[in-house]
Amino acid sequence: MSVFSEVPQAAPVAVFKLTQDFTNDQFPKKVNLGVGAYRTDDSKPWVLPVVKKVEKVIVHDDTLNHEYLPILGLPEFRSSASKIALGDDSPAIQENRVGAVQCLGGTGALKMGAEFLRRFYNGNNNTTTPVYVSAPTWENHNAVFANAGFEDVRPYKYWDAEKRGLDLAGFLGDLESCPAHSIFVLHACAHNPTGTDPTQEQWKQIAEVMMRRKLFVFFDSAYQGFASGNLEKDAWAIRYFVSLGFEMFCAQSFSKNFGLYNERVGNLTVVARDADNLKRIMSQMEKIVRTTWSNPPSQGARIVAITLNSPELFSEWKGNVKTMADRVLLMRAQLKAKLQALGTPGTWDHITEQIGMFSFTGLNPKQVEYMIKEKHIYLMASGRINMCGLTTKNIDYVAESIHEAVTQVQ
Amino acid sequence: HTHELLTFSWWGGVQMGPPDPILGVSEAFKKDSNPKKMNLGVGAYRDDQGKPFVLSCVRKAEAIISAKQLDKEYLGIGGLAEFTKCCAQLALGNDNEVLKSGRSITVQTISGTGSLRIGGNFLSRFHAGPRDVYLPKPSWGNHTPIFRDAGMQLKAYRYYDPSTCGFDFKGALDDISKIPEQSVIMLHACAHNPTGVDPRPEQWKEISDLVKKRNLLVFFDMAYQGFASGDIDRDAWAVRYFIEQGHNILLSQSFAKNMGLYGERVGGFTVVCGDVDEAKRVESQLKILIRPIYSNPPMNGARIASTILSTPDLRSLWLEEVHGMANRIIKMREQLVAGLQKEGSTHNWQHVIDQIGMFCFTGLKPDQVERLTKEFSVYMTKDGRISMAGVTSGNVGYLAHGIHAVTK
Repeated sequence: MSVFSEVPQAAPVAVFKLTQDFTNDQFPKKVNLGVGAYRTDDSKPWVLPVVKKVEKVIVHDDTLNHEYLPILGLPEFRSSASKIALGDDSPAIQENRVGAVQCLGGTGALKMGAEFLRRFYNGNNNTTTPVYVSAPTWENHNAVFANAGFEDVRPYKYWDAEKRGLDLAGFLGDLESCPAHSIFVLHACAHNPTGTDPTQEQWKQIAEVMMRRKLFVFFDSAYQGFASGNLEKDAWAIRYFVSLGFEMFCAQSFSKNFGLYNERVGNLTVVARDADNLKRIMSQMEKIVRTTWSNPPSQGARIVAITLNSPELFSEWKGNVKTMADRVLLMRAQLKAKLQALGTPGTWDHITEQIGMFSFTGLNPKQVEYMIKEKHIYLMASGRINMCGLTTKNIDYVAESIHEAVTQVQ
Repeated sequence: HTHELLTFSWWGGVQMGPPDPILGVSEAFKKDSNPKKMNLGVGAYRDDQGKPFVLSCVRKAEAIISAKQLDKEYLGIGGLAEFTKCCAQLALGNDNEVLKSGRSITVQTISGTGSLRIGGNFLSRFHAGPRDVYLPKPSWGNHTPIFRDAGMQLKAYRYYDPSTCGFDFKGALDDISKIPEQSVIMLHACAHNPTGVDPRPEQWKEISDLVKKRNLLVFFDMAYQGFASGDIDRDAWAVRYFIEQGHNILLSQSFAKNMGLYGERVGGFTVVCGDVDEAKRVESQLKILIRPIYSNPPMNGARIASTILSTPDLRSLWLEEVHGMANRIIKMREQLVAGLQKEGSTHNWQHVIDQIGMFCFTGLKPDQVERLTKEFSVYMTKDGRISMAGVTSGNVGYLAHGIHAVTK
């Protein structure tokens, strides 16, 4: 008799199941447009040249060891990572009111922030504070906040399926009508899954309501550099909000822009009102870290810290990032052009207007099923495709398949 | 309006968190300018020069891995398969029936802490029994907040006998006999932290019988396999015995100490289930628990560990090096006792030699600890625990002198 005989089988996480199905598929022309990881034009993973260089340095450096990092992580990683988001000359940093927690990827950063908020925001252990995530959003956002104890995780209007763009009026409406002190998870750039970001003017409107209604700003920044190819441009919204005086959290991931997916490199940047508040916040963050993972893994943070703190390597890294962003932009342009050339019904401007790794194609579930089952092209049920899965070798096949799906399946 | 917004803070009510008792020791140590100072706080191994020790097998494994030029694609939620397989085999033994039958699941975790936390979360969500986890008294300081944050409650059973500086076997059996059925009992597999006091095999047998009688769910914490006696099989004896006796255990493993991979965060969490189907269901639920915490685990350390465990000459080298670390600690124990005798101490220090693993519960009282720190710059935790790893042939005489001075 087992204590766990009643444990039910859990459904697999969709995006990983998709990759598994793709891997098992024997069809020679299969295409994986699922998981959000960069691929070269040969459909291969890409370890950034700067990362290879720095890893070699690390492995040959006998002065380095594998001792525990401090609870909050590698100091030179934390400070340089926060600078990447906020800018080298950030007044908030100069005012000593910016702190950081090195975390396990962007997920870990969101988790730490969520756990802190649940304990200390809007009262103590106020699990009823609403947490708003965009409709749609990265599927794990809901679980991160729910598992941190928040009972009320809700959607805010974001994607307008009809016009295939941002539903700003809906978004602003939710900001105006939500309960006071609600927490909002904002995608800093390259919104996942829609690829649709607010313009600067739209961000200004969003910020104005959030400031006036005292809503909590929690940025998720998983694609800085990857969206436009320019780090500063991709951090504009974060920096704008900081300049307005918000206290906020920003969960940063270095999985995509450093290609360090499996080393779990993330950073929770904390912008506080002043140094005193910051000190107390960080002391409580330590307690949360200590019962979750004690201290974070050192390899990935070392790689990022060495890179960001060396002018030459930093330059080289920016070049690598631009290489990735440019390939994505090229695939966007080509996919749109091919669909237009095929005369595929509908408008396809959104393919090039959307930004970052993902595109919300607008394909409906039946069409998605057709793509997977008949054409062996794997994408999420939402119609989300990873542009990195497109290459000059498969783009014709994908364009033709989309054309078939749209014209033959309603 | 703007002024009001710029002075208001959400965090005005956040209190300063208390300093970590163990890390606080290191902080104070750093500030001390006494050239003879000793840090006997944190449990990280040091060589006889007092320096961190990177194992040769680790350096060799890193070179092999570097040459392979692997990609950095996400691991699955459950981690690196080669690692979890080796991890389970190391604990249970290659020929274990459980592994052969496939009725267990091992997931890669963020070292021992991450493993315990996932275990706690799993119990909180799926264990139908009482919410209580019974810890030995005393236990690792972090056990309590980990299980509490996971949603469990903590209770204790007698373990350490301060009058003998040894195992309170009678007290343990007495307390365990009263634990409500289906409660969770945590056992330190070897090298008990903080006391260094382990049950003898015949005592483990009685504990196993009693635990079975009480129908308790056993959760082993094995953070020091290889480090305790120098022999990995000997150190895993209790875990293997319990499984043999029919306990379907939970097990946390850490490779922080025995492979010196502290900062790489390498660990495993194992659930021994009734059958293969149950193992699959449990695995699926563990993934659901892990995903919203950190999505998937870090590659580097797990890759190093699995390379060492699965490459015969690296594995032999590792076993030698673990043996070496354990031996140095045993030698320091002997030298400390010899030193105390030489100083003229009339106390019985046998427990320093009898205790096992990285830590020694000296028996020093808080006021004696305070004097040792203030007068001799020897830093340790208030409970009288010292990390033997911080003792070297160069400073063991000084330590003996200091301990004698505060206890005579």
